[in-house]
Amino acid sequence: MKGGKLLTTVVAPLIALIISFGIASLVLLLVDIDPFFAYSEMWKFGTTTESLISMVNRAIPLFVSALAVAVGFKMGLFNIGVEGAYLLAALVAAWVGALFSVTPVLHVSIILMVAMIVGAAWNGIAGWLKVKRGVHEVISTIMLNFIGFALSAYLFLNFFLEGTGSLITATKLIPETGWIPSLNPVLEWFGVEPRAGFELHGFLIIAVFLGIFYYYLVNRSRFGYDLRASGVNASAAHASGINPKRMIMTTMLISGAIAGLVGMSTLLGFTHRYVQDFPSGFGFAGIAVALLGRNNPVGIAFGALLFGFLGRSSLILDLKDVPREIVTIFQGVVVLAVVIVYEIVSRYAQRRAVAAAARATAEQEDEREVVAI
Amino acid sequence: MTTLVERAKNLGRARLYVLLALAGVLILTIAQVVTGTEDLTSPSTAGAALRLAIPILLAGLGGLYSERAGVVNIGLEGMMIAGTWFAAWGSWLYGPWYGIVFGILGGAAFGLLHALATVTFNVDHIVSGVAINILAFGTMRFLSSITYDSETGGSVVQSPPVQGIGNGNLPVLAGGDIFGRSTPDFLGWLETQDWFYVSDLAGIVRGFIGGVNWMTIIALAIVPATVWLLWRTAWGLRLRSCGEDPWAAESLGVSVLRMKYVAVIISGGLAGMGGAFLVLVQAGIYREGMTAGRGFIGLGALVFGNWLPFGVLSGAFVFGFGDSLRFRGPDVVRSFILAVAIGLVIAGVYDQVVSPSSIVRMARRWNVDVRWVPHGHISLIASRAPVRDTVDFFEKTLL
Repeated sequence: MKGGKLLTTVVAPLIALIISFGIASLVLLLVDIDPFFAYSEMWKFGTTTESLISMVNRAIPLFVSALAVAVGFKMGLFNIGVEGAYLLAALVAAWVGALFSVTPVLHVSIILMVAMIVGAAWNGIAGWLKVKRGVHEVISTIMLNFIGFALSAYLFLNFFLEGTGSLITATKLIPETGWIPSLNPVLEWFGVEPRAGFELHGFLIIAVFLGIFYYYLVNRSRFGYDLRASGVNASAAHASGINPKRMIMTTMLISGAIAGLVGMSTLLGFTHRYVQDFPSGFGFAGIAVALLGRNNPVGIAFGALLFGFLGRSSLILDLKDVPREIVTIFQGVVVLAVVIVYEIVSRYAQRRAVAAAARATAEQEDEREVVAI
Repeated sequence: MTTLVERAKNLGRARLYVLLALAGVLILTIAQVVTGTEDLTSPSTAGAALRLAIPILLAGLGGLYSERAGVVNIGLEGMMIAGTWFAAWGSWLYGPWYGIVFGILGGAAFGLLHALATVTFNVDHIVSGVAINILAFGTMRFLSSITYDSETGGSVVQSPPVQGIGNGNLPVLAGGDIFGRSTPDFLGWLETQDWFYVSDLAGIVRGFIGGVNWMTIIALAIVPATVWLLWRTAWGLRLRSCGEDPWAAESLGVSVLRMKYVAVIISGGLAGMGGAFLVLVQAGIYREGMTAGRGFIGLGALVFGNWLPFGVLSGAFVFGFGDSLRFRGPDVVRSFILAVAIGLVIAGVYDQVVSPSSIVRMARRWNVDVRWVPHGHISLIASRAPVRDTVDFFEKTLL
C-alpha cells in the first residue's frame, strides 16, 4: 500500500514532468532550436541570486491561489473564481488600507482581514447559489469572474481612484505602516546580497504559515475529515451525518478567504496601491499549480516554485532568439500530463493492489487446505 | 400519423418562440417611447447584436454537442482561441473560406485532445478543460512567434490583416441584389414610416437580414440543423443517450466511447468556427485575447438556453444584445434596463395572477421541453418548482 502511495504522489508528477520536457523539446526541435541550449540558458539565468528571489516572489501568489483552489478540490468542488475574487479583494483592501494609519502589525492585519472577507464574500455567492438553487459552481464562478472584473474596473475608475495630483492611474498609496517589509535583511544576515531592486517579499512567511494551516485544516481537523469524506464519497458522507450544504458553503468561504490573500504579496510588498495593471492571471494559474501539486501543500509549493522558475527564466529566451512562449506550452502540457499520468499510474497501482490481495487470499486458502488435511 | 403529431409539435414550439420574440420587441418599443431614445430598436443595434451573438452561439452549440453526449467542456474558450489563430492563418495563406475550414480544424484538434483526456484516460472533465485553455493560449502564442512575428504587420500577439468574408443583403425585403439587379428595400421603407411597433419591428428585422454575412447565415442554419440532427435522427438519439445513460446506451449496442469522441470533436469544431467568425467577420485580423472569454459566455448561453439549440440561440442573443448596447451610450442602456424592468413586472404579475405554474401548462400544451438536466453534471436550477417557473418565464420574456 505504501508503495502504491509513493507511486502516485511522487512518481506520477515526475513522469509528467519528463513527458512535458519531451514534448517541449520536440516543439523546439520542430522550429530548429536546440532544446538543450534553451534549457541550459534558462538554468544559467534562472539560478542567479536575483532570479531566485524573483522566482520565489512569483511563486508566492501562485502558492496561495493554488491552496484556495485545492481546498475546494479536496471535496470535489471547483472554484474557478479565484481570479475574480482576488482582484476584487486586492482593490477593496488597497482602498481600505489607504484610508487610515495605525501601528504596523495591526494595519497589515486589518488589510489582510478585509481582503479575506471580500474574497470569502465573493466566492460565497457561488457557494450560496449552489446550496440554495443548485447552480453548478463551475458555471457560477466563471460568470462571477466576469462580474468581478467589471465590478472592480467600475469601482476602481469611478470611486477608488486617487484624485488629482497623481500621474498614474491608481488608488491612494497605503501608508508605510500598512506595508509588509521585505526579507532582504534576513538574506543579508545569511550573507546573500542581491542587487538593488530585488526584494524578497515578506509575505513569504505568511504564505508558509498558510501552507501549514492548510495541512492541519485538511489532514488534522474534524472539518478536514468531513471535507475529504465528502470528496471521496458524497453520499456516504451525507449518510454518516455530514451536512453537504454546510460543507459546500464553508469550503467556498474558506477558499474565497484564501483567494483574497492572493494579491496581498504584490499589494503590500511591492506596489502598495492598486494599479491599473495589477498582476492578473494568478487565479487561473493557481488551478494548474494545484493540479500539479496534487492538492498537497508541499507538492503545491514545488509546483508554484517550478512555475515561478519557468516564468522568470523564460525572460532570457527572447534574448537568445528562442520563442519564450515555449514555457506557456510547457505549463499547459504539464498540467494535462500530470492528470493523465496520475490516472494511468493509479489504475496500475489499483491493479497491483488487487493482484496482491488475490495472491494473499490464495495463500490463505492454501494454508486452510493444509490445516484441513 | 406520427408526422402530423410531430409537425404540430414543431409548430407549437416555433409559435412560442415567435410570440415571445414579438412580445420582447413590444416591450423594447414601449421602453423606447417612454425614455425617448431611438437606438434600442434601430437596425444597427440589431445588426451589431447579431454579429456579437454569433461567436457566442457557435461556442454554445459546441458545448451543446459535448454536454449532450455527457462530456462537460470548459475547454471551449481554448478551442475558440485555436479557431481564431488557425482561421487567420488559413485566410492568410489561401483565402477566407479556407480560413473557416482551418478554424474549425484547429478547434476540433483541441476537441480531440479533450476527448482523449476525458474519454480514454478518464481525466476529470473540468480539469482537462482548464488545462486545454492554458495549453491553447500558449500554443497559439508560440505559433504566432514562429509565423506572424516575422511578417510585416504581424507580431507575436497579432497576425497581419487577413481577408474577411463578404456581406450580402437579402433581396426584396432589405434591398439586396438578384443577379446584379437591385430590388426594393421594403423593410427599409416600413422603418421610415414611423408607425408605432410596426416600424420598430421592421427596423429590427431589417437589421438581422440586411448586410448579413454569409458566415452568419451558415451559423444560424446550424441551429435548426442541430435540432434535426440530435432530435430527428437515430444518430442524434444515440448521442444523447450517451449523455443520459451511457450504460443503457452501451447495452443497446451504441459505441459510447466513439460517440463521445465524435461529439467532443464536433464541439471543438464549432467553437473553432466561432473563433473563425471573430477573425473573418468581426476583426479581419487575429489578435491575442480577442475571444475575451466568449467561450465561457457560450457556456453561459448553453445553461441559459437549457441545453437546447434554440435556447442557446436566445441566450446568445441576450448576451449579444447586451454587448451591442455598450457601444450606444448611457441613454440606450437606461431604456434597455427599463425594458427589462417592464418584462420582470409583467412576468411577476402574470405568474401571481394567472397561475403559479402557468408557464408549465403553456409549455406542456405546446410540448416544449421545459427543463433538461444533463446526466449527473451541470444543473442550473433544481428544486422548488414555482420559483423555477418564474425564472423560466423571466428567461424567455427577457428575449
